[in-house]
Amino acid sequence: MKLTLKIWRQKNAADKGGFVTYVADHVSKDMSFLEMLDVLNDQLTEKGEDPVHFDHDCREGICGMCSLYINGKPHGPLQTTTCQLHMRSFSDGETITIEPWRAKAFPVVKDLVVNRSAFDRIIQAGGYVSVNTGGVPDANEIPIPKIVADLAMDAAQCIGCGACVAACKNASAMLFTSAKVSQLALLPQGQVERKTRAEKMVAQMDSEGFGACTNTGACEAECPKGISITNIARMNREYFSAVVSSDNM
Amino acid sequence: MILDSKIPAGPLAEKWTKHKFTSKLVNPANKRKYDVIVVGTGLAGASAAASLAELGYNVKAFCFQDSPRRAHSIAAQGGINAAKNYQNDGDSIFRLFYDTIKGGDYRAREGNVYRLAEVSVKIIDQCVAQGVPFAREYGGLLANRSFGGAQVSRTFYARGQTGQQLLLGAYSALSRQVANGKVKLFPRTEMMDLVVIDGQAKGIVTRNLITGTVETHAAHAVLLCTGGYGNVFFLSTNAMGSNVTAAWRAHKRGAFFANPCFTQIHPTCIPVSGDHQSKLTLMSESLRNDGRVWVPATQEIAERLRKGQIKANDIKEEDRDYFLERKYPSFGNLVPRDVASRNAKYVCDEGRGVNETGEAVFLDFRDAIKRDTRKIIEQKYGNLFDMYKQITGEDPYEMPMMIYPAVHYTMGGLWVDYNLMTTVPGLYALGEANFSEHGANRLGASALMQGLADGYFVVPYTVGDYLAQLAPKPVDDTHPEFARVKEEVQNRINTLLKINGTKPVDYFHKRLGKIMWNECGMARTEEGLKGAKAEIQALKKEFWSNVKVMGTNEELNQSLEKANRVADFLELGELMVDDALSRNESCGGHFREEYQTPDGEALRDDENYAYVAAWKYLGEGQEEELVKEELVFENVKLTQRSYK
Repeated sequence: MKLTLKIWRQKNAADKGGFVTYVADHVSKDMSFLEMLDVLNDQLTEKGEDPVHFDHDCREGICGMCSLYINGKPHGPLQTTTCQLHMRSFSDGETITIEPWRAKAFPVVKDLVVNRSAFDRIIQAGGYVSVNTGGVPDANEIPIPKIVADLAMDAAQCIGCGACVAACKNASAMLFTSAKVSQLALLPQGQVERKTRAEKMVAQMDSEGFGACTNTGACEAECPKGISITNIARMNREYFSAVVSSDNM
Repeated sequence: MILDSKIPAGPLAEKWTKHKFTSKLVNPANKRKYDVIVVGTGLAGASAAASLAELGYNVKAFCFQDSPRRAHSIAAQGGINAAKNYQNDGDSIFRLFYDTIKGGDYRAREGNVYRLAEVSVKIIDQCVAQGVPFAREYGGLLANRSFGGAQVSRTFYARGQTGQQLLLGAYSALSRQVANGKVKLFPRTEMMDLVVIDGQAKGIVTRNLITGTVETHAAHAVLLCTGGYGNVFFLSTNAMGSNVTAAWRAHKRGAFFANPCFTQIHPTCIPVSGDHQSKLTLMSESLRNDGRVWVPATQEIAERLRKGQIKANDIKEEDRDYFLERKYPSFGNLVPRDVASRNAKYVCDEGRGVNETGEAVFLDFRDAIKRDTRKIIEQKYGNLFDMYKQITGEDPYEMPMMIYPAVHYTMGGLWVDYNLMTTVPGLYALGEANFSEHGANRLGASALMQGLADGYFVVPYTVGDYLAQLAPKPVDDTHPEFARVKEEVQNRINTLLKINGTKPVDYFHKRLGKIMWNECGMARTEEGLKGAKAEIQALKKEFWSNVKVMGTNEELNQSLEKANRVADFLELGELMVDDALSRNESCGGHFREEYQTPDGEALRDDENYAYVAAWKYLGEGQEEELVKEELVFENVKLTQRSYK
């Protein structure tokens, strides 16, 4: 396959950045999208040009490190992570546009690499059960109905990649935040801090500069892990009931 | 030099309890006067950092990824073992201990392994309390499944994403301590070297991966939780960034490296598809609970299959060879990883491999779907099947999966004593970065168990014992040794940037990987290893004269990061070969073709090789010195491992 790649190049956070066009020949259908970029980078290096920087690590769709806005969609045309996208999803001769996540709360670091530490700070605001190591009850002393455990697991599958933010016109982080709020609100272990958690995490999310929910469902449609927007509805319930009945903040 | 493992005396089951009691304690008000550095934020690192911070120590946690949640523990799929015996099927701490020692082919310490089995039960309690959504039965209690190398169901799991859920649990505990101000987080920061002063670990030198700034950090103790070195093979199931640099630099500063040649080749990975391949993807071992491994009975049928004249489903039952079930009737498809991998290699070497390259076997769910319905199989393995389809373009509900062994885990690592302290006082190694619990072969679902055992339940006691012996005085990086090591790090970076050769880093990494896979992989010979040593030495020379690293230090520079890591892999590769050459026996994942039983099983030599091979660095260009720690077995009888 021969492809034309329009790739966002930006030297650093201060640089304005812009698209640079490259031609990639010898692309095989079995290559992953990132392997296609690896080959391009080796060619650029041999020519003495700076390789394209992009985030990636596990390359099995679970670490959430890879990003890339491909042809106007986070993680490209399929509902997977970019590392699980293969070139058989594209056709010979195609032009592919590759950009970083675009959101005020995710500033570009270099080329296609962005800073997603805002997500860490949202978790730090309350995305945990406050138990220390040791001194906890036997695991089977906390029975949890299977259906509840399964719902919690559905929410807990979030990989924190930020595709939901990239997909949203408002760059909202509601899907990410609600996935953690939901997981812990559903489980008995999360009950004690249920109200403060919802309040603090939402407050942190707002202070990071993420926008409000558009209700368009773009986040759910693009989420590589299929996190449902019912989690956002649940977080809204959690948040409003916490605010009106708060014994915390 | 004699290595002291510091295993407490006394009956096996009382060692840890006794040791905890005799360990010194740091008074609660003094804990805030001690600083601890934790490098790596996977299961071992995140759990250690959180637990130490909860106790009151000041922790600095470093990771090269953009967030601690990305550490590669997250990719573990199948599950975590614990001797809970919730299933009433005969499990016990002793049985988990016994299975792990035997599974490791009797090349691990009894004391360490027993402690691991002992604390395993507490890990599950801890994770559940954190809100880890483990799989449950309809009655609301925890579900278990069985895993390779065990005849009881003791594996706890969260769909096919157990590592993710456990890591997010540890990450949440860590995040809570960041919010409390007890942990200072340094993401996108890579450890470049260790600072040793008067024989004690006193800090590290790091590089900020965004700005390139080389910095020094002082502490009373340093914990390396930096994972394994499987990426020395280039192709492995490890994350792209997984590397040996932190452990290797510590090794060159005095920490012995133990059993480097013990690597685990996992039997169920998606086969290689071409030269562009950057990594291999694991299909969880749990699939072997329901999938049946087979190849065509004859070479002729296999050939027709490879040419595309027939499809897998066309092959009649009598023309299929379920070779694991045939050779190992009692364990069947659930034999340990080393045995399953080696047998896949044998049938492929016989010309019965099933994909275009001839290096793949089938993992077939046809019978399981017939027995349990597609819905049940979907519930158990849905995400794995989807992943397989995504990567290969084939639907495993319709066609059998194709799998082949790939490098997955490294049992070797920094030598540590019972306290998890390396040969450098004040320097600890946890999780996959150390060598201690899995011997020559790790059982499935035991890596998660070890990482969390070390971080949550071992190190909080043993680090305290060490710190209690140090004065509670502040530390800083004003000692000239910090400046000296920092300068060495900067010089090395400058050298890499100045070579300006013609080949990118991956060119060298791929070549190293091929040498390692061919000669120090699933089967090894003296001749092959000797050749590999010479090849690696030549490759190392070529690397330092012809690698091309673009850009500058003062920016995000991924090719510089890679070059720095591959330079260390080149040195480690040679040590792995030395280690494999010096061990004239076969055990677990280390299979020397010269030493096998008549039916092709690993032939151990307990008389001469029941030891831990710890290697001491003696200086640039010098052969390393082998120091042996004899293994003492008081509670298990060493037998030929049999899964028949």
